[in-house]
Amino acid sequence: MKNFAKCIFALLCIAFPAAAQERPQAYVGARIIPIVGQPIDNGVLVVERGKIAAVGARNAVRIPANAEQIDVTGKTIMPGLVDTHSHVGQVAGADGSAPIQPEVRVLDSVNVLDNGIQRAQAGGITTVNVMPGSGHLDSGQTLYLKVKDGRTIDDLLILDRNGKYMGGIKFANGTNPLRPGSTGPFPGTRARSASLVREVFVKAQDYREKIRRAGNDKSKLPARDLAMETLVEVLDGLRVVHFHTHRHDDIMTALRLQKEFGFRLVLQHVTEGWKVAEEIAKANVPASIIVIDSPGGKLEAVDLRYETGAMLDKAGAQFGFHTDDYITDSRVFLRSAALGVRGGLSREKALYAMTMAGARMLDLQDRVGSLERGKDADFIVLSGDPLSTYTHILQTFVEGVKVFDRSNPKDYEIAVGGAGVSEQTTHISCFDDIAGGSN
Amino acid sequence: MKNYELRITNYGIFLLFLLLTAYCSQLAVKAQIAVRGEQVWTMTANEPIRDGVVLINNGKIERVGAASSIQIPANYRVINAKVVTPGLIDARTVVGIAGYLAQPHDQMQVETSAPMQPELRAIDAYNPEEKLIEWLRSFGVTTIHTGHGTGVAVSGQTMVAKTVGKTADEAAIVPTAMIAATLGDSSLFSGGRAPGTRAKQIAMLRAELLKATDYNRKIDDAKGDAAKMPTRDLRQEMFGRVLRREIPILITVHRHQDIVTAIRLGKEFNLRLVLDGVSEAQRVLPEIKASGYPVLVHPTMFRASGETEKLSMETASKLKQAGIQFALQSGFEAYVPKSRVVLLEAGMAAANGLSQRDALASITIDAAQILGIQARVGSLAAGKDADLALFDGDPFEFTTHCVGTIINGNVVSEVVR
Repeated sequence: MKNFAKCIFALLCIAFPAAAQERPQAYVGARIIPIVGQPIDNGVLVVERGKIAAVGARNAVRIPANAEQIDVTGKTIMPGLVDTHSHVGQVAGADGSAPIQPEVRVLDSVNVLDNGIQRAQAGGITTVNVMPGSGHLDSGQTLYLKVKDGRTIDDLLILDRNGKYMGGIKFANGTNPLRPGSTGPFPGTRARSASLVREVFVKAQDYREKIRRAGNDKSKLPARDLAMETLVEVLDGLRVVHFHTHRHDDIMTALRLQKEFGFRLVLQHVTEGWKVAEEIAKANVPASIIVIDSPGGKLEAVDLRYETGAMLDKAGAQFGFHTDDYITDSRVFLRSAALGVRGGLSREKALYAMTMAGARMLDLQDRVGSLERGKDADFIVLSGDPLSTYTHILQTFVEGVKVFDRSNPKDYEIAVGGAGVSEQTTHISCFDDIAGGSN
Repeated sequence: MKNYELRITNYGIFLLFLLLTAYCSQLAVKAQIAVRGEQVWTMTANEPIRDGVVLINNGKIERVGAASSIQIPANYRVINAKVVTPGLIDARTVVGIAGYLAQPHDQMQVETSAPMQPELRAIDAYNPEEKLIEWLRSFGVTTIHTGHGTGVAVSGQTMVAKTVGKTADEAAIVPTAMIAATLGDSSLFSGGRAPGTRAKQIAMLRAELLKATDYNRKIDDAKGDAAKMPTRDLRQEMFGRVLRREIPILITVHRHQDIVTAIRLGKEFNLRLVLDGVSEAQRVLPEIKASGYPVLVHPTMFRASGETEKLSMETASKLKQAGIQFALQSGFEAYVPKSRVVLLEAGMAAANGLSQRDALASITIDAAQILGIQARVGSLAAGKDADLALFDGDPFEFTTHCVGTIINGNVVSEVVR
């Protein structure tokens, strides 16, 4: 009997959040920073079935009669953050056998129970580009995820119009993929790195040409090649190249490759992006910046500056920020924007860079990145100014569902630490309590 | 005759040169500056002075007080800032010993040939031209406690330096500050080399300290008679100084059991012990409190991983609540960021339970006290070194800039950062 009651309770736990979705929710009284459009004091955000049904000033928004009203007076609401480059989920892509492995999918390696997912939620990140590492010229396919509490990776995937999960591909140049002195397949110099990438793209162009020539004649199709298929997606603009690149000359190499093969490109890290800001702007290629405390730590990062965002902005380039978690901690992602402002960026541009700019880099600008009617209800509730050191993220919502709540002791422990935030733990609190026998 | 004239001329030029040099160096040393701030945190009071003035003369602080009570002499250069604090102190770093390139040639913070080498001096490895020193200086950091790092049981000595100076000797204000030790996983050897376990580590340390006790006794028994003195042994000499309580031992520990072990060792040999890191301090707060040992707490935003997996952004505030003396540090980073900035770490601590005043104290006066340099630095008071940090807003806001740094009365940084 007792077990039966526990089961019913557990079922209610699962069923309840879904049921809550049916009833619209109105978050009333907060300062709303919609990113697209001016901030709204004393605003209303109406969420219905995981989407934003309305956003605006209190006197301008009609709150549905059946809506649950949540008073958030004195708080700030802004869109969930978009992290264009992260390694949460204990992901691993390519192995040590070859420098270019387009066929390898991060999809097949994400641990959704990894605590990094919860760190991201605590940091207000609702969309993330999970990437394999930078020790290869191409370490495989990346994955765009909603930072939900999932039981399997399928719960977190973002699907495109055709129902296919979305993601890009990771490339890298500079020192990380180099193995100087090695006689193996990895490059020993920068020029060799570029030529290996060119070679594989030329091969992919041939592969694509064979497919084109085959037309409807299936007998003439080339044998399926997972690596080539992926690179054809890249050549066709269906898969964006996220290119790890720090130094000014390496950034130019990435831009040169982009121009030669016409793929869609996002520059990642761009530590020396400020040196070639005009060139990045002219190429019309967006850049995602890593902000770390001090220069150095590796040779390519010796000229790091907090001014990179401001200088890219001045040059007219599109730019965003990323955590590169575990390099910077997802929980303090907003610090990147604040240090960008310290480096001369306007507050508006800094917050845009944390949200819409990232959404655009991931082709998700119609779904996330701003608070606009019809977009996914991915938002965060903050205790104050998002750029203030003293501000805390109080709640994080993904598609209308609360995934982080600072007032919940378990979430609090993730936010400030103490629980072992790098440990792997499950996050289904309803079940935890039952399993622990406390109920 | 001609030769004589030439000699006279040369002599004259030489004299003129001497006079000029003396005058210039006097200019540099005797700079007279009045720093006026909308808020001046002296750290001698709980609140900042509203509209305060700090008069600087001859490298020292001459007077501090409200602008209404201080007449700024006409010949003083006046520098205005929103917020003025004492020059910041980083209570534990390896900057200068470990460089920003992160290449083998500039990573001198740990020597692994032996598990215990207290004789290794920080001043023999400190590079005052290290870029990170300049970087920290531009954030208002004027004093660093730097030196040997973690990775072996006893890695060597630390030093306290100002973030200026052409040579290590010029920069150092305490050439031998502490002996750096580390307990726990990160300082164990593998492959059959000792120490391979925690218990072995302590057994070896105790044995060394007993040997040095004996060494000290021989010195005492010699009563100054050179013939009776023991053969000089640099290692035992340093352990001997630790045993005589001349130098504190700094023990880096993260796991709760290692914190307790460090305290046990400190009590057995009556050491002056400074606990460092203490990620799991919250589990043994009463033990730390009872020990009376001060703490250099891990950076607030330090990565939680391995031995530090349970660290908390609230460690500092919990130590404060427990009444434990502590200071904040930037610690050691092997990769990027090569150095943290203690100002940013203190800001994060202020956002996680510490008051603004206590957070500032943890990187000024409280750090100075633990390092034993409070007579010279750490607060703004007449007679102290004129080390100041100037800000254009709340120092702890990430969006605020450090707009000036003054060390020994000289404006050493005017970068807006």
